[in-house]
Amino acid sequence: MMEIGIHHYLAVSAIIFTIGVFGIFVNRKNVVIVLMSVELILLAVNINFVAFSAHLNDLTGQVFALFILTVAAAEAAVGLAILVVYFRNRGDISVDHINMMKG
Amino acid sequence: MELGTVLPAIAFYLFASTACICALMVVIARSPVRSVLFLIMTFFSAAALFVMLGAEFLALLLVIVYVGAVAVLFLFVVMMLDVDFVELKQGFAEYLPLGGLLAFVLTVELIVLGTTFRLPENFSAQVPIEQGVSNIEAFGLVLYTDFAFFFEAAGLILLVAMIGAIMLTLNKKKGVKRQKVSDQVARTPKDGLELIDVKPGEGLS
Repeated sequence: MMEIGIHHYLAVSAIIFTIGVFGIFVNRKNVVIVLMSVELILLAVNINFVAFSAHLNDLTGQVFALFILTVAAAEAAVGLAILVVYFRNRGDISVDHINMMKG
Repeated sequence: MELGTVLPAIAFYLFASTACICALMVVIARSPVRSVLFLIMTFFSAAALFVMLGAEFLALLLVIVYVGAVAVLFLFVVMMLDVDFVELKQGFAEYLPLGGLLAFVLTVELIVLGTTFRLPENFSAQVPIEQGVSNIEAFGLVLYTDFAFFFEAAGLILLVAMIGAIMLTLNKKKGVKRQKVSDQVARTPKDGLELIDVKPGEGLS
């Protein structure tokens, strides 16, 4: 219990990951929260990578986490830009009518 | 029990519980502004966990990139959108039982998986973490050599994301007069000057 190993970090990562999935489920109408849930999921993945990197004494995991961070930042920027344009066109941000974006 | 093992454990449980509780609050908070603030708190706690794992560079990157840029971007967008967020909360109770059940099952599965797996015995590190080399130095040694291609690809992704975000949100309003530099440069004396042959005594009508 007092000896903190990789399993503890994996448990934290698992909990945050599921909270992210749960957030996508319950906040079906609010795209902002859905985007934040995606960020939570990516954070959980990063914790996993760094935990394994520290445990296996290999830097590759941390480098991979760095690239995940990059992609997550790009995704947040484009996602929020789409959200702003969608709001400008429709006046709300409900997911229910988001299929109007198709072609 | 000696202090050397208890203190890291206390710190771990503190940061881990903060991260988990704040992550849950992100999802169930009443207003999105609070959600963003809880998201910032989650990232801070995760950064602390990264420091405990020895990934100082990633921890600081998390604070700078996420707290400094992404979370503030979220905050801007949330405050910019004039939406009735109470209405958006509808359907929360509807999806709560199913979502909660799925989340519970997923958590139990992942934790069971995480606590029972065994690592391969003959694992050899591709880039071993050497003692005496600081984390950021180790990063720099591999990032521009072994991972140079991926590094450039990441830069390209950021560039594409930046151009995409600008192109998406660029608002062209009609009726606004803008300076067109190319038109101004391409202008010749012929376009701007008109010579009119005025006959004596007639004047211009």
